[in-house]
Amino acid sequence: MSAVVETELKEENHHGPATGIGRWLFTTNHKDIGSMYLWFSFAMFMVGGCLALTIRAELFQPGLQIVDPGFFNQLTTMHGLIMVFGAVMPAFVGLANWLIPMMIGAPDMALPRMNNWSFWILPFAFTMLLSTFFMDGGAPNFGWTFYAPLSTTFAPPSVTFFIFGVHMMGVSSIMGAINVIATILNMRAPGMTYMKMPMFVWTWLITAFLLIAVMPVLAGVVTMMLMDIHFGTSFFNAAGGGDPVLFQHVFWFFGHPEVYIMILPAFGVVSQIIPTFSRKRLFGYHSMVWATCAIALLSFLVWAHHMFTVGIPLFGELFFMYATMLIAVPTGVKVFNWVATMFKGSITFETPMLFSIAFVILFSIGGFSGLMLAIAPADFQYHDTYFVVAHFHYVLVPGAIFGIFAAVYYWLPKWCGNMYSETLGKTHFWLSFVGMNLAFFPMHFLGLAGMPRRIPDYALQFADFNLISSLGAFLFGFTQLLFLFIVIHTIRSGKKATDEVWEGVEGLEWTIPSPAPYHTFTTPPEVK
Amino acid sequence: MLPLRLAGFHSKKFLRLCVQWFTSAFLLALASTSQAEYEVNMTPGVTDISQSVFSLHMVIFWICVVIGIAVFGVMFWSMFKYRKSQGAKPAQFHESTTVEIIWTLIPIIILVAMAVPATSTLKEMYDTTESDIDIKITGYQWKWQYDYINDDVSFFSNLSTPQDQISNETTKGENYLLEVDEPLVIPINKKIRFLVTANDVIHSWWVPAFAVKKDAIPGFINEAWTKVNEPGIYRGQCAELCGNNHGFMPIVVKAVEEPEYLAWLAEKQAKAKAEALQASQVWSMDDLMAKGEAVYNTNCAACHQQNGMGIPPAFPALKGSPVAIGPSEDHINIVVKGKPGTAMQAFAAQLSDVDLAAVITYERNAWGNNTGDSVSPQDIAKAKGN
Repeated sequence: MSAVVETELKEENHHGPATGIGRWLFTTNHKDIGSMYLWFSFAMFMVGGCLALTIRAELFQPGLQIVDPGFFNQLTTMHGLIMVFGAVMPAFVGLANWLIPMMIGAPDMALPRMNNWSFWILPFAFTMLLSTFFMDGGAPNFGWTFYAPLSTTFAPPSVTFFIFGVHMMGVSSIMGAINVIATILNMRAPGMTYMKMPMFVWTWLITAFLLIAVMPVLAGVVTMMLMDIHFGTSFFNAAGGGDPVLFQHVFWFFGHPEVYIMILPAFGVVSQIIPTFSRKRLFGYHSMVWATCAIALLSFLVWAHHMFTVGIPLFGELFFMYATMLIAVPTGVKVFNWVATMFKGSITFETPMLFSIAFVILFSIGGFSGLMLAIAPADFQYHDTYFVVAHFHYVLVPGAIFGIFAAVYYWLPKWCGNMYSETLGKTHFWLSFVGMNLAFFPMHFLGLAGMPRRIPDYALQFADFNLISSLGAFLFGFTQLLFLFIVIHTIRSGKKATDEVWEGVEGLEWTIPSPAPYHTFTTPPEVK
Repeated sequence: MLPLRLAGFHSKKFLRLCVQWFTSAFLLALASTSQAEYEVNMTPGVTDISQSVFSLHMVIFWICVVIGIAVFGVMFWSMFKYRKSQGAKPAQFHESTTVEIIWTLIPIIILVAMAVPATSTLKEMYDTTESDIDIKITGYQWKWQYDYINDDVSFFSNLSTPQDQISNETTKGENYLLEVDEPLVIPINKKIRFLVTANDVIHSWWVPAFAVKKDAIPGFINEAWTKVNEPGIYRGQCAELCGNNHGFMPIVVKAVEEPEYLAWLAEKQAKAKAEALQASQVWSMDDLMAKGEAVYNTNCAACHQQNGMGIPPAFPALKGSPVAIGPSEDHINIVVKGKPGTAMQAFAAQLSDVDLAAVITYERNAWGNNTGDSVSPQDIAKAKGN
């Protein structure tokens, strides 16, 4: 009798994935959901990229060539929204799904059914958002910051779908964040104290708290917009007693922490990778954790630096200037720690390491321009110019996106059991690196010389740098098809990877076989 | 052909452009030495404030460069010296409280050193007291209005770059997209206070040479000031996304010696008086049409297009439209009072009665509308209710 029960239990414990479309629709497995998030994110990255390339095509030379100004505004808006909410954030949630349970020795996420929901909301949200392109009046055309009153009084009717889409993305993000927090707090392997958690887990824990704190604020601001548009309220309408600047305060109270939501997990990723390929432990683990917390807390105190020109009082201007400058300190600590980790190591330059090194250098350059932007009197000259565009693309492309590439190359052999081609990986890196710098570095010059953001046509003195920038953008964009090829090629063929994959790695995810079995850690591992 | 239509995307033009690109990219590579006009830095400007902003910018820039060289220097040196391929053996250290305290404190000191000059510059920028001249700047979609509030002078400033330059049909002028029909004129060496607001959405008034950028927000009045040291023509652009024609909203400021400014002011005042007189005259159809065309091209063509075809659905066509060929009272009403909830503004305060009469007459008779109606300035005054 007992033997029968045992067999049944065994089958129950060792069943593989379901087959067919049902596997993906109903899955509660963190690895399946992680993969779906990553594929979804890549699809959105391509869509957002096509929009960006259309923008760069229009800006290739002065004059209006291929799009009219109204459509141009739709392109910039949708490019921003899709890259932020469709590409970067889901990619990090995908990495969290794949890695957090494996890193902390848990069998799955804490709330697997909710995990399925939080993913499946996204394709619907983005289908709706993208469908606005084909609606009468076109897609949202007010910038990804959708400042009222432009977005509440002069927007196309599709703005209502945009608001609903944002609500859905917010719901998805909050559910994802709850899941991450519940998993990390409750499901760590015995012996894994907080101060023994891998950096990636730490940064995601902090990111998840940021998400829970600010996504409702975004939901609030779009709801207020909805009320203003359809229900006759005047939150943002000065003529009705409202305040257009209130919109910006509420938006940026969400928006500034949001930029850290898009960078902290990447900090975690490079904090895993640099030690591996330096063959040395991460320098200053404790200060890394505290620096991350400090950045997260400061991120709530600096939102008005996006609004230096709206006419806030001198005292407010000074407060936000000082607070913003202060963020350079913990960020600096992190950069110094990464450099110190490499110092006196034994370094090799595999693709994930190349992306991580580029991350540290280019993110620092983005940090420098960020510091310049923090200086309020100088910001009056930089604000809303291409200098800002250069700045945030330098933190987001080499920061968030290179971080994601590094993570994919680093853990891909663990996920699918095969090694990627190092030659192709390095080619992808170098083409991306050159393309990205060619695209975004000249934008610093454009901004300083006086070119405003979000203009479809420009004065003649900006022509040369725009041309270079467009060529760089096309190089960067098309290079990503190589990345797609590399990933598919690795999944389908490629040399078998060992369990440890990389020499001298640390962490629970390297103790399980490659490819990682469908179910792992049914008995929790002991961490000493 | 795909059944889906993306409003505003022109695929044929796109293909033609692809060919153009490769040619021009190639030519650029060939001719890169001849195109020496690469502007890579901010302007030092022509005011004391803009110059201190410029030096602040340069100081921070060089501090960043030095930090960058130091940090990346150590990093590259580590990558060069401690390569595994060179037989480097990893060291075991992974913590040093002393080092971490030092590299927390040094940046704080550097930041304080930056904050001190920044604070004093900022305080100066905020001091708008004791101005000599006050000018109210109002942002509209998509033009600027300048009110000399103590001198009874008020006018609008529109983009003056012809549409055919924008659509690549003629060669682009020297100040392409940075030229206006009526520049703001100010005297040098006087403290000018700007009161910045907007009529519809948020705009931002920015002249780099003065280091002035202030958002124009409906329902708010923001303050900024400048005192220009050198006569000259200074150009800027709207810096806040304000809708369709955000990229076509330039700012031109002409800074002149005081006598020249006073002469200009007197001329402006005289012209305003003459225009007020014109409103009581009787206007011939031909005169109305000629004036109307000019007014239309400056104020209406950006949305409704020079050929009256508009950009539906946002900007309806006027050619053959029910408004333009229906009863003239309705037409006058919509131009004078605008249409709430759309981009159609109320032009009552923006244009004189003569201009309004002329432009409405033009719209009712151009592009084959041929209603034969002629609208007089008196009709406009009646519609305004004064």
